[in-house]
Amino acid sequence: MSDLLEIADLTVSFDSDAGEIQAVDHISLTIRAGEVVGLVGESGSGKSVTAFAILRLIRRPGRVKSGTIRFNGVDLGTLSEEEMRQIRGAKIALISQSPRTALNPVITVGRQIARLFELHGGLSARDAHRRMLEMLSLVRIPDPAKRAGQYAHQLSGGMCQRVMIAMALATSPQLLIADEPTTGLDVSIAARILDLLRELGAKTGAAILLITHDLGVVAETADRVVVMHAGQVVESAPVRTLFHQPAHPYTRALVRSIPRVDRTVTMEPIPGAVPSLLDPPPGCRYAERCGWVSERCRIARPPLTRVVADHEVACYGFEERRDAAG
Amino acid sequence: MPLVEVRELQMHFPLGGLPALLARLRGLPAPVVRAVQSVSFDVAPGETLALVGESGCGKSTVARCLLRLLDPTAGSIRYDGTEIATLDSDAMQPLRRNIQMVFQDPTASLNPRLTARRMVEEALLLHTALDAADRRARVDGVLEEVGLGRELADRHPHELSGGQRQRVNIARAIATNPRFVVLDEPTSALDVSLRSRIILLLESLRARHGLSYLFISHDLATVKYLAGRVAVMYLGVIVELAETGELFARPLHPYTRALIAAVPVPDPDSQRERFVLEGEIPSPMELPSGCPLRGRCPIEQPVCAEPRRSGKSRLGRYVACHRV
Repeated sequence: MSDLLEIADLTVSFDSDAGEIQAVDHISLTIRAGEVVGLVGESGSGKSVTAFAILRLIRRPGRVKSGTIRFNGVDLGTLSEEEMRQIRGAKIALISQSPRTALNPVITVGRQIARLFELHGGLSARDAHRRMLEMLSLVRIPDPAKRAGQYAHQLSGGMCQRVMIAMALATSPQLLIADEPTTGLDVSIAARILDLLRELGAKTGAAILLITHDLGVVAETADRVVVMHAGQVVESAPVRTLFHQPAHPYTRALVRSIPRVDRTVTMEPIPGAVPSLLDPPPGCRYAERCGWVSERCRIARPPLTRVVADHEVACYGFEERRDAAG
Repeated sequence: MPLVEVRELQMHFPLGGLPALLARLRGLPAPVVRAVQSVSFDVAPGETLALVGESGCGKSTVARCLLRLLDPTAGSIRYDGTEIATLDSDAMQPLRRNIQMVFQDPTASLNPRLTARRMVEEALLLHTALDAADRRARVDGVLEEVGLGRELADRHPHELSGGQRQRVNIARAIATNPRFVVLDEPTSALDVSLRSRIILLLESLRARHGLSYLFISHDLATVKYLAGRVAVMYLGVIVELAETGELFARPLHPYTRALIAAVPVPDPDSQRERFVLEGEIPSPMELPSGCPLRGRCPIEQPVCAEPRRSGKSRLGRYVACHRV
């Protein structure tokens, strides 16, 4: 698979009265064509800011301080606003957390989808209407003709999210960013939305960047997982490796901290809290919460290094333990 | 003897506006939403009973009836032997120190203008006759117990994190030494790492003080961790009630099976049952006749159109399904 999206050394900061908040700190990650990448972390880990940076939607007081984002080899930072608009929505689509507020409340959902076909596909109103009905059936909305004439407030949360997915896929994007697509939905609805995303991703060949704090969602949906903590990428691995051989102490702690339905566990909360991103310490931002911490971790930030092919971790403690084990 | 006994509790909300007007013009009975159709359960002293179900199943309405924040349409709620479903608010007041609630939204349920200390103290002012010095000692003790040190006691809600705010809510609920606490989704607004700490705090408080909890949640993993027994609600009725281990190991009702199967598990190799219901939950204004799961159930048979069974009880387990 070739690299569809390549983020290199991205830093995003927000200026506040108290100083500079380093929300995303020198992160690098790649997404290959057709791949589902899970981006996991607690609130404030920089997941959503990363998504906004990809879409070039960081607005003041936020600013991209360093780094490049290449999409199909093109540096998005060099594009004009007009060129970016052609990519946003058409080539890179976003599904947000609150589908009802993301939909226009005063335009019928059918019209909102049809308009995309007119704007991006240049279709006539009649053809756009036909394609819109096809999209609604594709996302399994029962009775599409009736639903197309309704407004967001007349649909359930799950139905609104299906409409969002239909809108996102209407332009055949190459990358779909799904930001907590099932948060706030009931479990049975959420399960079907995830099934639908995975299935339509496979069918259309679109890569998916799935942003979530729910490790279960990641395990069941992603091919590869990138773990973020306090604005830094701490680990990146294929999904099975991440759950079976997590390398970073934060990943391990995260897995141990959640209750599970499938087995009986002793839940161990992660010690401490996500550090303040206002003048964060120079070293590893997990150091104060970490059982493996050494002096080195507080002085310099550990670089992302390869464990095995496709598995990278940013941790001095892991390296030392691995070297000691030979 | 159970601490709380709920029998055939019903809560109907009258519909207003156009539907009500049309019904009146046509001489039909006033339309109602049957949020809680008929619900019965017990909570034993020191027990955590979970009430689970999806949005609109009526679980929060049950909670609000138990606190008498709503006046139930019918049915009985006994607290420690006393019937409270029909008490007026004056008669209810002295019982309130024993029956407390922690709400879902840790921010909206706190007064933004009061400090943590003052909010906890308010519960003592309302429900106890402690003098100022004793109140102060009690507030300090309770805040300490929920993990809020002295330096946080004089802060206002906006100066506290989400997890700390929920600790204030818990402190306020346990300040009067209640015996029964209703927890309405106490962790769902919290981040993963905070969630596990609040769960452990609730569990240790229960163990230390012999509290009984009614734990309302849609988060089955948390329920599995905290609850001794679980009642599963769907469209205003309990469809299954069982001991927690039993329920998760062998869910009997198709709705319970579907609910458990839908929870994503953090294991990419998990081989779990795929058991999916058709469609979405119908509106409580248009309840199906017969079994409430009719039209969605994968094991439905003609018998399911017959009036819903009140459910079978066997070995402390209750299942309301024609097919089980």
